[in-house]
Amino acid sequence: MFAVFTYLADWLAYQVFGLDPETDIGAAVHFFIEDSSKIFVLLIVMIYLIALIRASLNVERVRAYLAGKPKWLGYSLGAGFGAITPFCSCSSIPVFLGFTTAGIPVGITMSFLLTSPLINEVAIVLLFSLLGWQMTLIYLVIGLAVGMLGGLILDSIHAERHLQAFARKAYENAATGSIDAPETMRLSITQRHEFAKAELYDIFSRVWQWVLLGVGLGAALHGFVPEGFISDHLGQGQWWTVPSATLLGIPLYANATGIIPVMESLLNKGLPIGTTLALCMSTVAVSFPEFILLKQVMLWRLLALIAVMLLVAFTLIGWLLNALAWVL
Amino acid sequence: MKTVKVLGSGCTKCVKTAEFIQQVVEQQGLDATVIKETNPEAIMNYGVMSTPAVVVDEQVKHTGSMPTAEQITAWLA
Repeated sequence: MFAVFTYLADWLAYQVFGLDPETDIGAAVHFFIEDSSKIFVLLIVMIYLIALIRASLNVERVRAYLAGKPKWLGYSLGAGFGAITPFCSCSSIPVFLGFTTAGIPVGITMSFLLTSPLINEVAIVLLFSLLGWQMTLIYLVIGLAVGMLGGLILDSIHAERHLQAFARKAYENAATGSIDAPETMRLSITQRHEFAKAELYDIFSRVWQWVLLGVGLGAALHGFVPEGFISDHLGQGQWWTVPSATLLGIPLYANATGIIPVMESLLNKGLPIGTTLALCMSTVAVSFPEFILLKQVMLWRLLALIAVMLLVAFTLIGWLLNALAWVL
Repeated sequence: MKTVKVLGSGCTKCVKTAEFIQQVVEQQGLDATVIKETNPEAIMNYGVMSTPAVVVDEQVKHTGSMPTAEQITAWLA
């Protein structure tokens, strides 16, 4: 089914542009055309279809679902909703406070907020089309696990003590128990179509530059980094490569859309799976702009703790995957 | 004279929303001032989770997206 994009790239790169497949530039241009055309087509189709289905889901309804739920259920629900609920990262703070004022524990809220950038429909489309279902599954399981366990740990150390004073007070004064869900809207097909169209426009206009940037970087790696360079130097899964990759992810800031095409190239060049995932997940989940936002509601020590927790988690996961890859 | 507050922590969409409302106000000659509210505590007190949100005379009218020109006119006329 995806072969059509390979033909398109063959035709454009080798016939129209007259490039030689054996050259670096030929390989890079071919990679760029194949991946970007494939991703754009899939994104348009998938964002629209998924938006049709989830038209009636929003953060207000998620809050009503989560409020008053037992904790053990809360973390999995929080992470699950984080994966499927659309919201712009600029809404993280109002969402955090909205959950907090409803008495939802900080850990469950963070399960939601940690999973959200890692897993979303765009990430899944990219993973599936570029790396196949096995990698998609591994990525999904890890993303959800990090969200759930992260939340659990934050609650077990009583993270609410380290919120900014006004947020802590809002949490303490929150009524516990369930809150009313906003009225369920019965949406007609036309309304769903309108929502999906708006959503498609909104998400697409936000991610297309990232796709081009990510695929461009992936193409450059693919075409110009010598065969064997990465596998010779980093391919043995040396223990220090994983924590280094995780640390490297902090100053790098990209969303999942930009990083997944790079992942594809790194894996093809022989970077071990654990090291690759550690780099990519740390880039997506641990970012300065996001942390500066969260500073409005959290004290530095809690932010530092979350950062360290994520870095340790990604390092452990990276080691584990590398070890498993050796065994299998 | 109505007071319009656009709630949002400074994301592009929120800035655009405020500019758009200002534009509609000027074009239609409506009697309103538009201000931006970026303080998270204030946003929390309106009970808003999806930004941008629009508050007219302390009443939340709209959340989660940019309102249309028709909506804005209806609130302010």
